[in-house]
Amino acid sequence: MTDSPYDLAPGDTSIFPRAHGRAPSGVLVYAIGLVLAVVLTATSFWAANTPLLWAPGVPLGLAVLAIAQIGVHLVFFLHITTGTDNTNNVLALAFGLLIVFLVIAGSLWIMTNLNAHMMPSPELMNLQMQR
Amino acid sequence: MSIAATIGEVGQQTLPSASEAGPAPKRIVVAFGFWIFLLSDIVMFSALFAVYAVLVHATAGGPAGAQLFNQHSVAIETACLLASSYTCGMMSLAIGSRRRAVTYVFAALTFALGAAFLALEIREFAGMIAIGATPQRSAFLSAFFTLVGCHGFHVAAGLIWLVVMMAQVAIKDFRPVVVRRLLCFALFWHTLDIIWIGLFTIVYLMGVAP
Repeated sequence: MTDSPYDLAPGDTSIFPRAHGRAPSGVLVYAIGLVLAVVLTATSFWAANTPLLWAPGVPLGLAVLAIAQIGVHLVFFLHITTGTDNTNNVLALAFGLLIVFLVIAGSLWIMTNLNAHMMPSPELMNLQMQR
Repeated sequence: MSIAATIGEVGQQTLPSASEAGPAPKRIVVAFGFWIFLLSDIVMFSALFAVYAVLVHATAGGPAGAQLFNQHSVAIETACLLASSYTCGMMSLAIGSRRRAVTYVFAALTFALGAAFLALEIREFAGMIAIGATPQRSAFLSAFFTLVGCHGFHVAAGLIWLVVMMAQVAIKDFRPVVVRRLLCFALFWHTLDIIWIGLFTIVYLMGVAP
């Protein structure tokens, strides 16, 4: 829904009124973002310290909360949205996330595989990796 | 126009398409270029995160994360950085409406909260080094200090940048080049908060999770 022939700059909210409905004010956008981020952060800290949750599931839950909060920051603070005027920014972000995924998942995969196949003597293993 | 604006017809109404309209305004080009830089910075951090994840158990008999990390300190650091991200957003709005006094107030708040974050982190590092948990102690601690220290260095650079920008607002006023730099600063500051989300989750919370 763009009145400009250009994409928005990242971090800019549209300076034109939306074609239907009213764009929310900037203060409201940042306030919603802050509330959501505080709730997600507080939940993360609570989940990491509570004895109520099933311990092996906590790291997965923390990862989900972190990804949700990153999404909140992207949308409400950086104004990276799925709007038609944001295509370039989203495509750049998608490529960045692909590289991030490849670097982290690839490193962990290769190093786990290496550790599983090298099978050094237990003493040598202890020198390298004190578990 | 609003009635005709169905999904398929967007962008083909009164204005020329992007290719017909010529180069984009400088503000959009600058901010997009800075966004590419920030994404490359995130890719660099992802390499440091990968190193940390690989070496997190390589404590070489030294202290592990669960013995070193103080949850309360990390919670306050997180709150400081999140609040400073919010005040930075308020500063962007004040810049958008060219209100100079409000801009200074929120810049000062952003600086104070960022500086509080940095002070807490330095105190945490000093406490760890005092009990012998130095970067030389184990591969885990090397990776920890590299990852968290790199983020702290970014925050320190951001604080210096913020001071420079406020001096430019004071001397040069809201001329377009200064406003573009302020937009880049806001993007930088929000991105640091995004990296901190990954940091406190992976390093601190997963490090002490039961």
